[in-house]
Amino acid sequence: MAKVVVAMSGGVDSSVAAVLLKQQGHDVTGMMLRLWSEPGKEDSNRCCTPDSMAQARRVAAVLDIPFYVIDAKEIFHKTVVAYFLDGYANGQTPNPCLACNRQIRWEFLLNHALALGADFMATGHYVRKQVSSDGRQLLLRAVDPAKDQSYVLHVLTQEKLARALFPVGEYKKSEIRDLAEAQGLSVARRPDSQDLCFLAGEDYRGFLQRNSPQILSDGEIVDRTGKVLGKHNGLPNYTIGQRKGLGLTSPEPLYVLAKDAATNTLIVGEAGELGASELQAVNVNWTAGITRTEPFRAFVKTRYTAAPAPANVMPASEPTQVRIKFDTPQRDITPGQAAVFYEDDLVIGGGLIVPSIEENL
Amino acid sequence: MNKVYMDYAATTPLDQRVFEAMRPYFSENFGNPSSIHRYGQQAEAAIETAREKVAAVLNCSPGEIIFTSCGTESDNLAIRGAALAMREKKGANLLLTSRAEHHAVSKTAEQLEKYYQFQVEWLELDKFGVVNPAVVEKAINSSTAVVSVMYANNEIGSINPIAEIAEICRQRGVLFHTDAVQAAAYLPVDVSKLNVDMLSLGGHKFYGPKGVGALYVRKGTALIPSQTGGGQEFGLRAGTQNVPYIVGFAEALRLSAEEREARSAHVRPLRDRLIGSILEEIPDSRLTGHSELRLPQHASFVFKDVDGNLLLTLLDAAGFACSSGSACKTGNPEPSEVITSLGLSRDWGLGSLRITLGAASIPGEVAALLKALPELVQQTRALGRN
Repeated sequence: MAKVVVAMSGGVDSSVAAVLLKQQGHDVTGMMLRLWSEPGKEDSNRCCTPDSMAQARRVAAVLDIPFYVIDAKEIFHKTVVAYFLDGYANGQTPNPCLACNRQIRWEFLLNHALALGADFMATGHYVRKQVSSDGRQLLLRAVDPAKDQSYVLHVLTQEKLARALFPVGEYKKSEIRDLAEAQGLSVARRPDSQDLCFLAGEDYRGFLQRNSPQILSDGEIVDRTGKVLGKHNGLPNYTIGQRKGLGLTSPEPLYVLAKDAATNTLIVGEAGELGASELQAVNVNWTAGITRTEPFRAFVKTRYTAAPAPANVMPASEPTQVRIKFDTPQRDITPGQAAVFYEDDLVIGGGLIVPSIEENL
Repeated sequence: MNKVYMDYAATTPLDQRVFEAMRPYFSENFGNPSSIHRYGQQAEAAIETAREKVAAVLNCSPGEIIFTSCGTESDNLAIRGAALAMREKKGANLLLTSRAEHHAVSKTAEQLEKYYQFQVEWLELDKFGVVNPAVVEKAINSSTAVVSVMYANNEIGSINPIAEIAEICRQRGVLFHTDAVQAAAYLPVDVSKLNVDMLSLGGHKFYGPKGVGALYVRKGTALIPSQTGGGQEFGLRAGTQNVPYIVGFAEALRLSAEEREARSAHVRPLRDRLIGSILEEIPDSRLTGHSELRLPQHASFVFKDVDGNLLLTLLDAAGFACSSGSACKTGNPEPSEVITSLGLSRDWGLGSLRITLGAASIPGEVAALLKALPELVQQTRALGRN
C-alpha cells in the first residue's frame, strides 16, 4: 500500500482514478488545483468551476478520502497564461496544456503532493506507465487510442514519471464510465471537457483581444515570393493550413503556409505548396530515459489530434534538438505545437516545433 | 495515524452527559410543547425546565430566554428585530458594529443597509481587534437603533469590554447586543453584570448539540420577529420547538457554568505553551488578538509569506485539525475581514492559523503539534516560493 495523491478535477476520469487506486488498497488523498480564470469568468473555467469543485468534493466524500484544494491562480497565470500569450506574440500556436503539465500539474502540484507525504501522484490521464527491465520509467499510449493523452505528457521527466500513476490508461473510456456508474458516482455521465480551461468555453481570439490586444495587429498577406496579396487582422487569427476566411480573391484556393512574427506577415500559397517533409524541434525531453544521439525511425505526432506519421528522427549535436524528416510531407506542421516520437506504443521523447529556416527567409 | 482535534472554536463534541439528557425526548417523550394533552405538557415542561436552567446561568428570568436554531439565528433576530423595532419606536436608523464581528452580525447589518435603508457605522478597532468603549461613546447618537459588539472574537480570541460598552449604551438609551457564542464556553455570561439588552448563544460551542441556540432579550425590549407563525417563544420565534436539542442546550450550558474554572484551568497552560513556543521557534510569526484579554483555549497567529490554506492542508495531512482566518475550501484564499481589520499587510494576512483547545486536549498533543509545526510552516513557505 502506497500513499497516493490523486489530482481531481470533478470529471469522470480522475474520479474513477481515485476509485481504482482505493480498490487497489492504496491510502488515497484527493487534491484539486484552483486555477486562474479571467476576472468575472470564474464560474466557467473548464477545470475548477464551483460546480466541478463540488463534484470532486462529493466523489471524495463518497470514497471517504481526504480532499484539499490548492491555490494555483498566481503561478498558473505567471507560467501557463504567459506562455500562451507569448506564443501568439511570437507568431506561434502555443499548446498551453504542455506548459501546464510540465510546470503546474507535474511540478507545482506534484511538489504539494510530496509535501503531503505522498509516494505517488495519480491523474486521470489516458496513458500507461511501465518500468523497463533496466529500471527506466516508460510512458505508453493508452489502451483506448481515441482517448490517448501521451502527446501532452511527453514532457514528463524520468524523475516525475517515477512518481506518476495513471490508473485509467489501462481501460477504455466506456469502461471508465461504466465503472463510475457502478460506483454510483454522479459524474459518470458528465460530458468530457474540451478546449482550454481558462478560455471558459469561449474562442481564444476574444481572450487575446482582452488580455493582449497588441498581439492582434493588422499586417500584410504575402505569397512565397513576397508579393502582397491583402491584409490580415492579426496573426493569431489564422492557423496553418487554413483556407477559409482569408478574404483573398485568387483563381486557385489559397492556404495559410506560415506566419512571420518578425514582419507580422501571413504567408499564403496554393495547395501544392502546403506541407513540409521536415521540421525542427527544440527543448526535447527524452521521455523514455535514453538521450538518442543516432538517427532512428519513429512515428511522429505533430498535434494532439494528428495521426502518427513515419519519419526519421535525427538528433542534433545539442541533445535537446532534433530534426525530423517525414516519409511523406505533412500538412499542418505548426510552430508552438509539440512533435512527439513513438516506437509502437512507447513515447521515446518529444520537443517543441520551431519555425523552419526556409519559412524565415 | 493519530488524529488530533484542535479546532474547538469551530465546534465541540457533544458531552456524553448532555446526550443522555437529550435521549428521552426523541421517541419516548416526543410531544409537541404547544399541545393541550399530557404529551404536550411533558414536552412543555422539558422546555420550561431548560429555560429555567439557562436563566439561572445567565442570572435573568426565564421569560427573557428565547430558544432559536443556532447562534446565527440569535444574532439575526436580535439585530434585525431591534433595528426594525427601534425605527418604528423612535425613528432610529443607525447601526453600530464592527468588521471583527461574526458574519451573522456583519452580514445582517449589511443587508439592513442595502434593503432596509438603515445606515451602518463600522466601529474602529484597535490592533488587537478590540472595540474601545470611547469609540462607541463617540459614535453613538440619538438616531442609533442598536449597538452590537461581540463578547469574544472567534478568530483572534480577543475579549471586548462588554460591561463598559453596555453602560455607555444604557446611559444613552440605546439597545446593546452582544454575540457571546464564542465566549460562553469560558467566560461568565451573567447578563445583569454585563448589563446587556441582548446576548446570543449557540449550543455546539460548549459541548452541546448543533442546531440549537438561545437569545437573551431583556424584559421590555421591543423586537420585531424574523420568523412569524404559531407564537412560540413569546411570539418572537415561531415554529415547534426542538425539544431534545433545547434540553441538551440547557444541560450543556449548565455544565459549562458549573465546570468553568476547571475547564479554563485545563486549557490555559496548554494554550500558553503553544503561544510561547510558536512565537519563539517560528521565524516571522505573530500572535493575533490580545495576549492577555483573550479566551483561555484560544491561540491564533499569522505567519509571513505563508498560504494559510496550504498550511491547514499540510497540518491535516499530518493529523492536526486546525483553522485559519482565511479558511476557504475552494482554494481561493483571502484574508478575513477580521484579519484585515487588524491592519496586517497581505503577506502576513494570508498566513493565519487558529489553534483552539478543549476538553480532550492533552499535553502530548500540544507537544506533537509544536514538534511538527515549524517544519510545516517552513514547507509551506518553500512551496509558495516556486
